[in-house]
Amino acid sequence: MAIKASELNTVAVELHGISKRFGQPARRFFGRGKAKKVKLALDQVSMRVDTGRITGILGANGSGKSTLIRILATLMTPDAGTASVFGYDVVAQPDDVRRHINRVSVEASFFKEMSPWENMLYAARLYGSGGDGTRNRVEAMLNRLGLPLDTLDKPMKQLSRGQQQKVAIARSFLTSPSLLLMDEPTTGLDPRSKREVQELVRSIRRDRAATVLLCTHDLQEAEVLCDRVVVIDQGRVLADGTPAELIRMHAGKTDGSLEDAFMALTGKRLEEDEEEKEE
Amino acid sequence: MTGNMLRWELNAFVGFIERQKNLYRRYWAWEAVWLLYNLVSVLSIGYLAAGLSTLGLEKGQAALHQTQLYLLVGALLWTYLSLVFFEISFAITWERWEGTIEYTFMAPIKRLTHLLGVSAASLLYGMARTAIIGIGVVLLFRIDLSHANWVTALAIFAAATLPLLGLGIFTSILPLLSPEKGEQMAFAVQGVLLLISGVYYPISVLPAPLRLGGILSPLTYTLDGVREALLHGLSLAGALPDIGILLLMGVVLVPASVFFFRRAEIRAKRLGLLKRSG
Repeated sequence: MAIKASELNTVAVELHGISKRFGQPARRFFGRGKAKKVKLALDQVSMRVDTGRITGILGANGSGKSTLIRILATLMTPDAGTASVFGYDVVAQPDDVRRHINRVSVEASFFKEMSPWENMLYAARLYGSGGDGTRNRVEAMLNRLGLPLDTLDKPMKQLSRGQQQKVAIARSFLTSPSLLLMDEPTTGLDPRSKREVQELVRSIRRDRAATVLLCTHDLQEAEVLCDRVVVIDQGRVLADGTPAELIRMHAGKTDGSLEDAFMALTGKRLEEDEEEKEE
Repeated sequence: MTGNMLRWELNAFVGFIERQKNLYRRYWAWEAVWLLYNLVSVLSIGYLAAGLSTLGLEKGQAALHQTQLYLLVGALLWTYLSLVFFEISFAITWERWEGTIEYTFMAPIKRLTHLLGVSAASLLYGMARTAIIGIGVVLLFRIDLSHANWVTALAIFAAATLPLLGLGIFTSILPLLSPEKGEQMAFAVQGVLLLISGVYYPISVLPAPLRLGGILSPLTYTLDGVREALLHGLSLAGALPDIGILLLMGVVLVPASVFFFRRAEIRAKRLGLLKRSG
């Protein structure tokens, strides 16, 4: 559901002191019982996202990016704090929030045996369309994404990861969201597919005046795509500004990069975190 | 609810039926296997009844025929009831397995629409599959249904739909709250219903605690009423008590199950249980 022009230049997302922890300490009886590990995923996160911008959430794996996205998508409730999307509270007014958002996650969530067309028709039905003309819209969208039309009726499982991700993005376009939540949409894609998806993200803002919240751990992607970047680590916001501002303030040298700024802020490289995770 | 909102929800309702239809079509090989399994199960019960004569248990040909009919109707109805129950209660498990659960739960639709859409598709599919098995059974065992009162049987069948939906929705809460063990618990519930609802025997043979469970199970009244209608031509007026009990159970169970599902959804969101794999 697209926002009106009059709603531009307003706040799309507002977070105040959002905290979320997972796992509860086990109840112990007479000193017995295994204590569960408690993880603080988000710690007093506050931020604002302006309408019509691409805002990047930059952080390593486990930094709290996906938890933040899930809270905004009304799939998870925060333990503390408030979050709103276009003025609607995500806990108290989830139905209103859902009409304005869509989400592209790191793994395309589809019925794998169903075709892209069947999956998109299902999505269209959930978002108030799906009647005459939907097939034409879907074909036009996939054509624009460079996806061969003969893939439209094949089972999703026969499509490559890049093709599946393009269908996921096309599906989100179909519902015309005012806020698009993208959780690492290019992770695992080949360089060409990655470039195509990035171009699409730009076109969403350009053509639809939509707001994009892009979670990524790809520093180069954040640098080229985002108007603003929020760096989070261990559930806490460490910095917030344009890529140029972050580089200037935190990179420590005049020809520094966003990676230098990230290292200075978190004390680690993103690649290190990836290697640790693989080990 | 305004006209636009109602249209929106109806559109989504159709979307769920359409989705299930596409899934059944795409998984046709699996569905064929399950159909064969159900058919073989019902036929086994039919031959078990036929084989009673070789054990010297029958008192007469007529009694044996009645026993066979009793068991076959039970087996056929259980095929339908368990299929619908399975489809509804496993809707959440299925979406977890496919990885679409988050997508469906963040859609701007009422949870009631979601649950009723999946339920409607299950009912339609259950009827179609049971009809195929039923035709096979009638032809193979040459069942005499000349005394059957089809109007009464259909009325009981229709009345049973509501409590069946309620039970299915209640059970679907288990996989929502327990991604690891919910599926197995749903199977256990299905097994208990088979035990207490008089599928293959009257509940009077059960010990008191199980008999009480049978009295509380809507499937008992469904099986009892439909059996009487098909085998002894029970009139619609005679079936009114069973129909009344089933409707009453439905009126209580459906809103209660939707309410508790909503509560479970809130808890799942608090604990972060809506992730695809849990």
